[in-house]
Amino acid sequence: MWKFFHQLASPPHFYRLAGLLAPWFLGLSLVGMLVGLYGGLVLAPPDYQQGDAFRIIYVHVPSAYLSLMAYTMMAVASIIGLVWRMKLAHAVAAAAAPIGASFTFLALATGSIWGRPMWGTWWEWGDPRMMTELILLFLYLGYMALRSAIEDRNKADRASAVLAIVGVVNVVLVHYSVEWWSSLHQGQTIMNENARMPTSMLAPLLIMIFAFTLFFGAALLQRLRAEVLEREHSARWVGRMLAEEQANA
Amino acid sequence: MLEFLAMGGYAAYVWTAFGLTFAVLWLNWWSGRRRHLRVKARLARQGQDETLHRGATIKEVNA
Repeated sequence: MWKFFHQLASPPHFYRLAGLLAPWFLGLSLVGMLVGLYGGLVLAPPDYQQGDAFRIIYVHVPSAYLSLMAYTMMAVASIIGLVWRMKLAHAVAAAAAPIGASFTFLALATGSIWGRPMWGTWWEWGDPRMMTELILLFLYLGYMALRSAIEDRNKADRASAVLAIVGVVNVVLVHYSVEWWSSLHQGQTIMNENARMPTSMLAPLLIMIFAFTLFFGAALLQRLRAEVLEREHSARWVGRMLAEEQANA
Repeated sequence: MLEFLAMGGYAAYVWTAFGLTFAVLWLNWWSGRRRHLRVKARLARQGQDETLHRGATIKEVNA
């Protein structure tokens, strides 16, 4: 078991493993998305209050979930990187940021598109759920800007890790914003005891969340490969691998 | 089919949300892939330069 983790943390092993796994994650996520889309767009009945507009939930909730999941992962990886000085952990945080930012953008955009017909407004300044999610986007962008502003990679790793860890407070705020303050945004959908979703609506949502998570995994592994190569650019295994690839090409 | 596409009158909202989502997902995968290929190409070029450089210095030493 320890040997497995030790090997996983070794860059050449990780690089190869990520290359093997990424296409599988991508393929499975595409299958899952097709199933989820069919269930969500075709099989699920229209909502009795929102009609067919509720179907936006099948892209909005997975995006919002991943916007928080990716940030949490970034913060945990940052802690591991700072405390145990594990370089791969910093690479994970760096690779997760742009993907998390894109999911945050999607959560905001699809929420806005959904809000227009349901609430009569694209955006409501001061709404706690919308504001905290917008701050999440700024945290991601700030993290990426800070990283690219510092030339020394070790310093960039440490400084951006601190930002990621401090910003995790906002993840908690996003999650509880609909409970602690009054918000236009509806409450939780999945674990809500007062308003249970029928299975025909809920199952596609769970499938979509799962498929989006797999997609996140695929995109993360893909970005990590580039990140690991850049960090290891002077290592022997990189030179050997590139020379082999050129010889085979 | 037309009824399905009409989405009960919400077609513009529903299809925009779905279209945007999958466009951004695709962009994510594509940009990660492009970055990986670029890094690889750059490192391969640097590797060649270094070999040339080393070769040159050996020649100089021999001369």
